[in-house]
Amino acid sequence: MKAGSNLEKVLQSGQFAVTAELGPPKGSDAEMVKKKGNLLRHCADAINITDNQTAIARMSSIACGVILTQLNLEPVIQMVCRDRNRLAIQSDILGAAALGIKNVLCLSGDHQKFGNHPQAKNVYDIDVIHLIQTLKKMRDEKKLLEGDELTIEPRLYIGAVENPYADPYEFRVIRLAKKIKAGCDFVQTQGVFDVKKFKDWMSVITDQGLDRKVHILAGIIPVKSAGMVRYMRDYVSGISIPDEIVIRMENAKDARREGVNICLEIIEQLKEVPGLHGIHIMAVAWETIVPIIMNEADLVPRPVA
Amino acid sequence: MIITKQKPFEEIMGFLESSPRVFIAGCSLCATTCKTGGEEEVKEMEKKLQDKRKVVSGWVILDPACHILSNKKYFRENKEKLAQADSILVLACGNGVQAVSESIEKIVYPGCDTLFLGEIVRFGNYEERCQLCGECILDKTAGICPITRCSKSLLNGPCGGAEDGKCEINPEIECGWQLIIDRLKKRDKLHLLKEIIPPKDWSKSRDGGLRKLIIGRKEK
Repeated sequence: MKAGSNLEKVLQSGQFAVTAELGPPKGSDAEMVKKKGNLLRHCADAINITDNQTAIARMSSIACGVILTQLNLEPVIQMVCRDRNRLAIQSDILGAAALGIKNVLCLSGDHQKFGNHPQAKNVYDIDVIHLIQTLKKMRDEKKLLEGDELTIEPRLYIGAVENPYADPYEFRVIRLAKKIKAGCDFVQTQGVFDVKKFKDWMSVITDQGLDRKVHILAGIIPVKSAGMVRYMRDYVSGISIPDEIVIRMENAKDARREGVNICLEIIEQLKEVPGLHGIHIMAVAWETIVPIIMNEADLVPRPVA
Repeated sequence: MIITKQKPFEEIMGFLESSPRVFIAGCSLCATTCKTGGEEEVKEMEKKLQDKRKVVSGWVILDPACHILSNKKYFRENKEKLAQADSILVLACGNGVQAVSESIEKIVYPGCDTLFLGEIVRFGNYEERCQLCGECILDKTAGICPITRCSKSLLNGPCGGAEDGKCEINPEIECGWQLIIDRLKKRDKLHLLKEIIPPKDWSKSRDGGLRKLIIGRKEK
């Protein structure tokens, strides 16, 4: 075991893993973190906490993660390259591991232009591939990026993200291979709506044997309304939504129920995709739907790892 | 070329408030090409200031404004006109403004904002190309700079936000990594990108403090 986290155990045992996203509050509201954490308690193997997602300043992912560990829940903390240089990244990682965090998800981070501080200076001292390399070096070689020895290494299960729908399409698998080479243990994808395109991408992954080097979790985004679907289609970069889904949501009498149905159908299809090892459900600001979806998708109870 | 843009005239009038008499300095190189501080623009500025009842005691086109010794020569030649001025308005890049301030004991004001180091796509159309980061990696990226052209300066891009070859932050900005990939693909060299480009040594950039270069002196 690299980190001995619950997520690692579930994935290593070959079971279909489930992680769920938790958006931190815009305030020092520990109760909200606890409430959301408890809601997701029985329906995910680990709870994934965003790091100033869409470049909006919120409670830190590490702080939220520690609140969850106090409730005996397992966090995956996200870390982006936008806000920290290599010193801050490494010191935060050492602190996070010392506080009991075992899973880290590495991302570039949304550009600050999208957030509530568009005049901020971005960092990008190192990129996400360097971030993965740095965490692996800290864990496996017990060294900082520049070579200094660590007294105790951070035992981390290292995650990365990939977007099967982003451009340039032909390069996405090469870039994923680079992340694997850098040392990631698991990969979460962008939300899947276009299952066919996802399957095509997965078949390239399995052809190259990459599914045997890394555990891939497909992203799931529950949709609430036709407006939300259209917004994501038109304004969220890197998301591909087939017209059929937009039409279904537009025609639905009960849009929320239709959104759940769509979600369940996608999960059912994904369960059969060769090389796929789990799902990651991103119901930010709609966490209450996760237990319902997991129950109807027959993905609970979660395995005791 | 250093790309500059003249500051709004109101802003210039703001800092010239306590300078009834002004001397204008332009620059023969970048600011002339950019049409922000060449002879034509300097004369235009002279007229606009006179219209606002400023006295323009004289003007000069420095050749170029970033050359201290040459500036001193020009200032000696214009000694009397400069003596009549309360301040110098420099229509050049930030380097030009500072070089002027080091060349003469006089209050100096910037007439331009310095935007970037870029190329002339066509006349009046400039695009940023170099961040002066101190260690060029254009050999690895098909002659397209990811530090400059990727909005996140990723060395192992692209991020997941590019769509139709455009950057996530603005559909008018091309994804720098898409350009690199397209060019390498055309040359059948895409495999080069399988290698991880290591973290950048930013100490060679401005992060290492003020940079100096003295030709002939041994590097420490």
